[in-house]
Amino acid sequence: MKFAIIVFPGSNCDHDAYKVIEEIEGAKPEFVWHRDNDLSEYDSIIVPGGFSYGDYLRAGAIAKFSPIMNALVLEANKGKKIIGICNGFQILIESELLPGALINNSGVKFKSKEVALSTENYNTVFTNQIPKDKKMFMPIAHRQGNYLADDHTIKSLQDNEQIAFTYSSEGGGNPNGSCLDIAGIFNSRKNILGMMPHPERAADALLGSDDGSLIFKSMIEGIA
Amino acid sequence: MKAKVYISYKEGILDPQGKTVGGALDSMGIDGIEDLRIGKYIEISFGDISKDKAKEITDESCRKLLANPNTETYHFELED
Repeated sequence: MKFAIIVFPGSNCDHDAYKVIEEIEGAKPEFVWHRDNDLSEYDSIIVPGGFSYGDYLRAGAIAKFSPIMNALVLEANKGKKIIGICNGFQILIESELLPGALINNSGVKFKSKEVALSTENYNTVFTNQIPKDKKMFMPIAHRQGNYLADDHTIKSLQDNEQIAFTYSSEGGGNPNGSCLDIAGIFNSRKNILGMMPHPERAADALLGSDDGSLIFKSMIEGIA
Repeated sequence: MKAKVYISYKEGILDPQGKTVGGALDSMGIDGIEDLRIGKYIEISFGDISKDKAKEITDESCRKLLANPNTETYHFELED
């Protein structure tokens, strides 16, 4: 399975993601520059974390106009698996591939810490390898991770089981004021996942947790 | 021709920066402030174009990039 890892000016988790994918049997990562405009040869696409365009204006707001985003939307509509992590999540939100908004953390500060995640839906191409009731530990590092959506959107997320992960008390609970403790969501078709925590930074036991690799393994095992 | 664009958070959107700055003024002993919200101010300069054209360009820029319709509102003034 070929993974594209999109590189924007200011991406800084792209190499972490590359390394994780490289370690998984049967998976092959490749970097794709944001000025490119074709993603058709890849099975899955990672929009990595970082500070694309310096977070100017709003996090993710300018990256959505990169040429690669047209290709990303095209592949998204074909049903390919796309995961946006941290700034990648912000970019997917700004591109309206995922609903709602990510606003400033309720405590103002940039938060860099480990959190625990509860999985809210195990029947997806991103979560099928996660053992039931397991709390996944991985870091967050963001200033705009406070998920917000209007009541109608929240209700449709709930009704359609689009909430992927929530912050759990085992990791200190909700770090940013996110509504319903949301840490990650799917699109309605569930081929796109956006999440603020960093699974690619918790994919090797040497780094304190390898829980994050469960998400990438799910993407490979659970070919929809 | 110049556009002065003001972008502010919608009501109900948390503005922790505004809260913190408001709190600082309060702790300095400056009384009477009920609420303080921080937004963005953007100036756009145009060449020799009509006011209608400038209005159209500014509005499109706001809708497509400068403001996030989920969380922000905008208004602008045009000046010669």
